[in-house]
Amino acid sequence: MTPVRYERLGETVYRETLPNGLEIRVVPKPDHVKKYAFFATRYGGMDTRFQLNGKWLDTPAGIAHYLEHKMFDTKEGNALQELAKNGAEPNAFTSNAMTGYYFDSTDHFAENLEILLSFVSIPYFTEESVAKEQGIISQEIRMIEDNPDWQIYARLLRALYRAHTARTSIAGTVESISHITAETLYDCHKAFYTPSNMILTVVGNVDPGEVSGLARRVLPKEGGPVIPRDYGDEPEALAERETRLAMEVSSPQFLTGWKCRPVPEGEDRLRRMVLGDLACDLLFGESSPLYQRLYSQGLINSSFGGAFELMPGVAYLYAGGESKEPRTVAAELQKEADRLVREGVDADFFQRTLRASFGSSLRGLNSFENIAVSLTEGYFGGYDPFRFPEVFDAITQRDVLDFLRDNVTVERSALSEIVPKEA
Amino acid sequence: MTRTQLAGGVFLTYLPAKKFKTSLLSAQFVVPLRWETASANALIAAILRRGAASFPDMGALSRRLDELYGARIDVTIRKKGEAQCVGFVASLIDDCFAPGEERLLEPAAALLGELICHPVTRDGLFLEEYFESEKTNLIDAIRSILNDKRAYADSRLLQEMCTGEPYGVPRLGNEQITAALHPQLLFDAYRELITSSRLEIFYSGSAERSRVEDALRAALADLPRADVEPPPELVPHVLPEEPRTVSERLDVTQGKLGMGFSCGSKDSAALLMGNTLFGGSSNSKLFLNVREKLSLCYYASSLYHRQKGLITVSSGIEFENYQRAYDEIMAQLEAVRKGQLEDWELEAARSTLLNAYASMGDSQGKLENFFLGQAATGRDESPEDLADQVRAVTPERIFEAMGTVKLDTVYFLQGKEAEA
Repeated sequence: MTPVRYERLGETVYRETLPNGLEIRVVPKPDHVKKYAFFATRYGGMDTRFQLNGKWLDTPAGIAHYLEHKMFDTKEGNALQELAKNGAEPNAFTSNAMTGYYFDSTDHFAENLEILLSFVSIPYFTEESVAKEQGIISQEIRMIEDNPDWQIYARLLRALYRAHTARTSIAGTVESISHITAETLYDCHKAFYTPSNMILTVVGNVDPGEVSGLARRVLPKEGGPVIPRDYGDEPEALAERETRLAMEVSSPQFLTGWKCRPVPEGEDRLRRMVLGDLACDLLFGESSPLYQRLYSQGLINSSFGGAFELMPGVAYLYAGGESKEPRTVAAELQKEADRLVREGVDADFFQRTLRASFGSSLRGLNSFENIAVSLTEGYFGGYDPFRFPEVFDAITQRDVLDFLRDNVTVERSALSEIVPKEA
Repeated sequence: MTRTQLAGGVFLTYLPAKKFKTSLLSAQFVVPLRWETASANALIAAILRRGAASFPDMGALSRRLDELYGARIDVTIRKKGEAQCVGFVASLIDDCFAPGEERLLEPAAALLGELICHPVTRDGLFLEEYFESEKTNLIDAIRSILNDKRAYADSRLLQEMCTGEPYGVPRLGNEQITAALHPQLLFDAYRELITSSRLEIFYSGSAERSRVEDALRAALADLPRADVEPPPELVPHVLPEEPRTVSERLDVTQGKLGMGFSCGSKDSAALLMGNTLFGGSSNSKLFLNVREKLSLCYYASSLYHRQKGLITVSSGIEFENYQRAYDEIMAQLEAVRKGQLEDWELEAARSTLLNAYASMGDSQGKLENFFLGQAATGRDESPEDLADQVRAVTPERIFEAMGTVKLDTVYFLQGKEAEA
C-alpha cells in the first residue's frame, strides 16, 4: 500500500487498487483502541434503472435498501450474530448514491473484517427470506412516513427534480417493495457488488498491509463491467414551486431549496462543496447578519440550519427549520442572497467564515465514521477530500459570490412546508 | 483521569488525550431534577448563551467563536438519574492544529466563564428581549417532542410510570411551568444556580493539567460560591399493585408500544447483561424474535436505566398487532429469566458491552457524557471498572436478577382512524 501524508491534518492515508478493481484506504490511528471498517458499493436509492448484460432493467423503488437488509443473511445464518460474538457493532445504510456496511470493534479485527467482506460479497436469499423482510421494511417505511423531517426533505427533492431518480424515496413505498423478488435482488447484487464498483476503508490501529492482504484473499479475483445507469433526463426547471403537507406536528416547519448546477466528477467537486458550504455560512450561518436578525425577530429558532448537497447529476442547497412564518423567512433568504451578490460580503466577515469553516472541517476528522464516508464519497466523486486545507487557501470572495449568483436565484428555488393538522 | 476540586463545589475531571483534533471543555451545573425548577434552569442556560457583558449579542459572540477557528459552544440540558445537568459544552480545535500555534484553550475558557458569570443585564435582570425570545423557544422545544413519535412515546411512558417521582420529569420541564416564569423569578433562580449548585467541569485534550486548572481558575474567578447542596437522594420507584395501561391517539400511521418494567434486584451488572440479552443490542431476543422472526416491527429494543432500576421497551408496530407484540415481548423476557439462551447469546452480549466500554476513550463526547453521569449520581467507577463487573457476571446472577423484573406500565400510541 502507498502512504500519502497530509501534514496539515496530521493524517496519513494508505491507498491501493487491487487487481480486481477494489479500492482500499487505510487511515492508521495508533493511539485509538477502536477499529472501524466501512465497505461500500456505488449503488443507492437512485440507481433503479440500469443496464445488465446489454439489457435495460427497471427495478422497484427501494430495492438497494431492501438488498442491504437481506445481505446480512448467510448460508450459515446471519452475519450480525457472527460479528456480535466478537463484540463488533455492525450496521449498514443506504443513501441515494451508495450502500455502506460497517462495524467497529476493539478485538478480533481481522476475523471481523473477513466476515464483513464475505457476507457483503456472497449473496444468500430465498423467496421465503425475501418475503419475510416485507413486514420489517414496511414498518420502517411507516416510521419514516410519520417523521416530519423526512417528509419535508423528501417532498423538497420531489419539488426540485422532475425526472431525476434522486426524487425516488430510498426505502421505496409499501407498494413498490411488494414487487421485489429474490431474483431481482440477485441481479442487482451481480451488477453492483463487484470489487471494481466498491471501496473498503479502514480507520484505526491496524496494519495497512494486513487489510489489503485479507481483501485479496477473501474477495472475488475478478472485477465486473461498468454498469450504465439512467437517472432520467432532468430539465433545468423545477417540478413544483411549493409543496405543503398537514401532519401531527407541534409547529409549522419549512425547507427552502435551490436547484443548483450539477457538478461533474473530479477534483472540482471538492472545490464546489467547499464553496457551497461557505455560501451557506455567509448566507444563513449562525454568524451571518441574516441569521441574527431572523433569530432576534423570533422568525427562526435554533432548529434552523441548512447545507449544500451533491449527488451524481444533482446539486442543491437548502435551509429551514421551525417557523411561524415560513414564507417570510424563505423570502428573506432570497433577498439576502441577492443582496450579497449585489453588494459583496464584508471582508472581515469573509475571513472569519473561512477560518471557522476550516475549523469545522477539521473537527469532522475526529469521527472515524466521518473519515470513512468522506474518503468513500471522494473516491466515487473523483476527488481527494483530505485536500480541503489547500482548497480553502485558494478560495476568494469572488468565487463564493459567483456561486450564489449562478445557483441561489429565485427561479431555482422551491418551498416545502409541513403544517400542523387542524385539531 | 483525575478529578480535583478547583473551588468550593467546583470539580475538574481531567481527561488527557493527544489523539483528537479538538479539545473539549464542558461546564455543567448539577441540580436536583424537579418540576418546579427544570424549565427555569433550561431557560437560564439558553439566555446565558445569547451573550455576555463583553460579547453582548449573538453577533459579537459568534464573531469571537469564529476567531477561535469555529469553536462551538452548545447549551446542554441532560437528565442523569434524578439530577438535571445544565451548562455548556465547548469544542475547539486543539492548539497544535491552529495555524500559527495560537493558544485557544485560555480564550475559550475565559469565554465560558464570561457566559456563566457575566450575563447581559439591565436593571438587575436579564435583558427582557432575551428572556422573552428564549422563553418562546423553550416552549416550542418542549412541544416539538411530539414531532418525533418514538421519542414522544418513550417520554410519555416514563412520565406515566414515574408520576410523582423526579425520574418522570422531562429534562426541559413542561410548557405550563415555562409559561409562568417571569424575569425576577428567573434572575433569582440564576443567582441561586451559580452560587449554590455543584459545578462539574470536564476537559479532554492535549494541555497539561496545570495549564487547564490555571485557565479555569482565572475564568471562574468571579463565580460566587456559597454552601453547595449535596447530590439528591434517589427516590425509589413505587411499583403499582397491578400493571397500568395507558393509551393515547394521534394522527399517525404507525403505532408505538412502550412497556416499562421495574427491577427489584440491586445487581446492576447482572441487570445490564440481562437487558442486553433481552433487547439491548441488534442480537437481542427482541430483535431476533419480534423483528426478524415475526416481522412485527422495524425496531424493538430495551433500555436499562441503571440509576433508577428500570427497564423500558420501545417498539413501532401496526395498530392491530398490539397483542401479538405484547405477548412476544413478555415471552422473550420470560425466556431470559428462565435462561433459555443459546451458547453464543451470552458471550455476544458480554462482548457488546465490553466493546462499548473499551472504545469509550476514543470519543471525547462519550467520555464527557459518561463521567458527567458518574459525577451527577455520586459514583466513581471508571469504564474499566464497569467492564470488570460485566466480566464477572455469571448466568445464575442474570437469571436471578431478571427474575425480579416486573411489568409496571404499558403505553400504547395508536392512530385516529381506529376511532370510527
